Amino acid sequence: MNPSRPVRYTATAIALHWLLAIAIVGVFCVGLYMTGLPFSPQRLKLYNWHKWAGVTILTLSVLRLVWRITHRPPALPAAIEHAMPRWQQVAHHATHHLLYALFFIVPLVGWAYSSAAGFPIVFLGIVPLPSFVPVSPELAEAIKPWHEITAYALAALVVLHVAAALKHHVIDRDGLLSRMLPGRG
Amino acid sequence: MRLLTTSLAGLAFASSALMAASPAWAQQALVPAQSEILFVSKQMGVPVEGRFKKFDAQIAFDPAKPATSKIAFTVDTGSATLGVKESDAELPKATWFNVPKFPQATFQSTAIKAAGPGKFDVTGKLSIKGATQDVTVPVTLTQSGNITTATGAFAIKRLAFKIGENEWADTSMVADDVQVKFKLALTGVGKL
Repeated sequence: MNPSRPVRYTATAIALHWLLAIAIVGVFCVGLYMTGLPFSPQRLKLYNWHKWAGVTILTLSVLRLVWRITHRPPALPAAIEHAMPRWQQVAHHATHHLLYALFFIVPLVGWAYSSAAGFPIVFLGIVPLPSFVPVSPELAEAIKPWHEITAYALAALVVLHVAAALKHHVIDRDGLLSRMLPGRG
Repeated sequence: MRLLTTSLAGLAFASSALMAASPAWAQQALVPAQSEILFVSKQMGVPVEGRFKKFDAQIAFDPAKPATSKIAFTVDTGSATLGVKESDAELPKATWFNVPKFPQATFQSTAIKAAGPGKFDVTGKLSIKGATQDVTVPVTLTQSGNITTATGAFAIKRLAFKIGENEWADTSMVADDVQVKFKLALTGVGKL
């Protein structure tokens, strides 16, 4: 094995990573934009698309987690791991665990908020999804900031994750990013 | 003294008999705290429940004589709520209920027919936002203690009343059909 070419993630893991990366960045931007819109059909449309996208991301994240558990990701190449100070190793694991936690927490909190506010989610306008919290304006108000807070936390972690990946790619030039890039390994 | 007592008792008897003989509707009233008027609209397939917080009824209903009974309703359109601040701020505007110009929606019965035990079909004129439509509302009555509860549901077409104009007239966003559901607690209705 060529040491400069670390063992890659599986094709499925790579596909899910990039699909969800685009979806999460997209749904975050729509979320930021839609909340500033005046009351209008456009706003209603974007809110529903945002919810459908969130449910899709949640579902794909379940598949992704199952795939990750059944197909362990490649360990960090020994040379890279040795070059990392201890705090970086801790940060590396913590970031990935927190990212995964938030893949579930952010959409679930959004779903709970929508349900509590009296707007049950109907996926694609066709499939009614169950509400796991009661309709309650007080509960909705209590939940609302947490969807935003957790979404910003996820955004911050994504920035950190991207920065770290680029640092490996551009500064360390250790080929770590190629493990997750689509195309030939 | 004995005479006086007797005549007082007689008077009391006579007056209670008179009250019993007087039309039942004289004391009929709505109990707002135990009543509700809900409307369910569909926004992009999502059922959204709203309610009117303020309404009143004038009722002259005799279950034994539905044909001569009358029911009138007034609903304060400004009391509509979906339970969400942002939406509630919009509902009074001209696009929706236009509350400044049409502060009340009304219903006035024109015919009431018995439709089975405890069931009646109430036909009447429903006026919202300056438009009037004939509707027939199936009503079910149940009695418990001195309270008679009338429940029912009917569908209206929101665009027939111009509820949601201009960009909001798009029925792919908000469906034309709106379900109206009500539960009305009444006092003073005669035995079914």
